[in-house]
Amino acid sequence: MAEVAQKVAADIPDASYVNLGIGIPEMVAGFVPEGRELIYHTENGLLGMGPTPVPGHEDPELINAGKKCVTAIPGASFFHHADSFMMIRGGHIDYCVLGAFQVSQEGDLANWSTGETNAIPAVGGAMDLVAGVKNIFVITQHTTKTGEPKIVQQCTYPLTGKQVVTRIYTNYAIIDIRDKKLYIRELAPGIEMEFLQQVTGAPLHQD
Amino acid sequence: MVNKTVASAADAVADIYDGATILIGGFGEAGSPIELIHALIDQGAKDLTVVSNNTGSGQVGLAALIANRQVRKMICSFPKSANSVVFPELYTRGEIELELVPQGTLAERIRCGGAGIPAFYTPTSVNTPLAEGKEIRHFNGNPYVMEYAIRGDFALVKSLKADRYGNLVYHKTARNFNPVMCTAATTTIVQAKHLVEVGSLDPETVITPGIFVQRVLEVTHPMEESVLVAENRRYPWNR
Repeated sequence: MAEVAQKVAADIPDASYVNLGIGIPEMVAGFVPEGRELIYHTENGLLGMGPTPVPGHEDPELINAGKKCVTAIPGASFFHHADSFMMIRGGHIDYCVLGAFQVSQEGDLANWSTGETNAIPAVGGAMDLVAGVKNIFVITQHTTKTGEPKIVQQCTYPLTGKQVVTRIYTNYAIIDIRDKKLYIRELAPGIEMEFLQQVTGAPLHQD
Repeated sequence: MVNKTVASAADAVADIYDGATILIGGFGEAGSPIELIHALIDQGAKDLTVVSNNTGSGQVGLAALIANRQVRKMICSFPKSANSVVFPELYTRGEIELELVPQGTLAERIRCGGAGIPAFYTPTSVNTPLAEGKEIRHFNGNPYVMEYAIRGDFALVKSLKADRYGNLVYHKTARNFNPVMCTAATTTIVQAKHLVEVGSLDPETVITPGIFVQRVLEVTHPMEESVLVAENRRYPWNR
């Protein structure tokens, strides 16, 4: 998914403040396009998150939302959780990149619970992010490990937010969500339209 | 004379009582006051409600407190992490309660608890199961969920430096929930890596003013949770 993470970074305008979620989104921090300054925010209290430290320079008290060691770029700042979520909920963050269990064609996101009786639900900051950040990008494998579509007409898992996702980046395509419809923005090399529709649980449109 | 220092971890947590609500700082191991938590295990208070972002990992720190069956209920945003085994097991067996709170709502509920604001409205969790049963009110045409403040009887906090007034400075992302938790507990207990002379902290850079802190314990060499977990350590050590 590294190439996909690089695509996400490439689409974020210069001088944006960008929150990165747990999992695949963490990879985006490794790609700041040439000539651009992107300021990465991590909800646990760092603005100006840099890439993974070189081995031997890890600090267990300098971590990202996924609790992995990171670095702080020159110009970074640390702050407490209430301030961090003030940035998020208060609309100060420009872009957010999150993972997903499911995304619906209307932009509904499900990424915190499978709803199963024995599952341990874990919401973290996802609900605050989708409530407070205007541009919500999802980066995910196009299908589940068993090949089921993750992009669906209606989410069957409990929602994180309703009509919040604006774009989906997968290993097969980049898809925009507008007017409650899915629009193909870009196909990955070697992916045909017909195949993409087969592995997508909702109708795809082209401009 | 203002002197909030205490001599030992045992002294620091001696009066924590059964049924207390305890705010515990940290995000994963960063900022988690592991020595104070271990002292609370030794002390033995039961039936606790613990407010903390996670549920600990391995068999040390917060996870060990839960494993020792001292916690009746967890209020947190992310109860499972890599290496978290204790809470998931008890939860699956129905032996511990969970109140799942979105992370920003958790931070703001604690902030309000410290600020004398009993409740607030937030857009977070609207249209999700976590808003079910809660009051919804519209402002400027948009729906918001009412959430109540959280206060603790005690807070356990980790800082980098402290003076005897209780002024605190933190270390990098180990700051996280610690400053807001200091403000929201009746008795805030801090473990600091360095106890420094009054006057040596630059007032411009103090993060938690001492008014929010009741007790300070110096722990010069705090243990690292991830190291203990990697070594399969378990607290109490002799179990």
